[in-house]
Amino acid sequence: MGAQQRVYRQRIRSVQATKKITRAMELIAASRVVKARQRVEEARPYAQALTKSLSALATHSNTEHPLTTEVENPKRAGMLVIASDRGLAGAYSSAALKESERLAEHLRADGKEVIPYLVGRKAIAFYKFRRRTSAAEWAGFTDQPTIEAAREISDRLIEDYLKDPAEGGLDEVHVVYTRFKNMVTQEPWVIRIVPLEVVEGTEPPQPSDVAPLYRFEPSAEEVLDAMLPRYVTARVWSCLLSAAASELAARQRAMKSATDNADKLVKTYTRLANQARQAEITQEISEIVGGASALADAK
Amino acid sequence: MSSLKVELVAADRLVWEGEARQVNARSVDGELGVLPGHEPILTILAAGDVSIKAEDGSTRTATIDAGFLSVDRNTVTIVAEHVSVQSA
Repeated sequence: MGAQQRVYRQRIRSVQATKKITRAMELIAASRVVKARQRVEEARPYAQALTKSLSALATHSNTEHPLTTEVENPKRAGMLVIASDRGLAGAYSSAALKESERLAEHLRADGKEVIPYLVGRKAIAFYKFRRRTSAAEWAGFTDQPTIEAAREISDRLIEDYLKDPAEGGLDEVHVVYTRFKNMVTQEPWVIRIVPLEVVEGTEPPQPSDVAPLYRFEPSAEEVLDAMLPRYVTARVWSCLLSAAASELAARQRAMKSATDNADKLVKTYTRLANQARQAEITQEISEIVGGASALADAK
Repeated sequence: MSSLKVELVAADRLVWEGEARQVNARSVDGELGVLPGHEPILTILAAGDVSIKAEDGSTRTATIDAGFLSVDRNTVTIVAEHVSVQSA
């Protein structure tokens, strides 16, 4: 076999091996994205129940709480960036990071200092490579977030938020994550989680549906105190879940196109290998014919 | 007699939903029993057991970590991050 042919055959084998891997990753992502979407759905009743109760609380008492109070002149803004732990998910992480850069620029233009909080190894690597510092980092759960992880993150954010501004307290906190719209569309998204606006997902109360007078135990303040951090946790959690579903969907898509691409490469290389083989045969024939006629001429 | 519409919600799923006659839970102030017609209330629950006496007479018990309970026009919502059900 000629050298050219051997090179092509080797390429084909290597591409085929890669294709098997990408194909397996595609199938894994496909099966896990279903579960991830299910978890997004299953977390919804919790958020709804919390929102409903908080709206009742908000309408029935005028209790002020630092988590709901707007700071007059915000100076320090926290930014929670949710990216993935692993790559091979197309532009998933870079899209989220790009969005975070945009947000940071926007915040800085408003005269605020940006303090990043990072979720996912890709986000951490992004900051490390640029020698930037972050206030906190979490990694290791981005494709299967747990409520504990969400609580850890939100506890830290709330703790920093409630600190005195002089000691590094925050005036507001934004989250950059990837919203899962459907299997083909996931978009980087920014929400502000504190100060809280308890509005998301609540249908406006029907006129006939005037909320009754509530009693709060032990007191409205204490109930609010207990519920608001939970609400923040629920918000962070829903962001994490949505980001996880987006990550897996992005990975599935990236791996599908890699598999398709491998198919195309194999086809191209097969053609080239065939061509090389034919060229070799043609050359051999012409050599034989040339040799034979040379012999005949010599007689 | 009217009955209570009960929703028991954990962070990761809707644990139980249905009609019930009575709900017992432990609030931070002490035991709390809810019967149909209870006044609207929003209270913090301590970690402990919640028992729901369903319409068909069976009793369900679930252990929750701290959460809260709200009653609003015979709709009872119990929310906690972790809920484990003992009797199905």
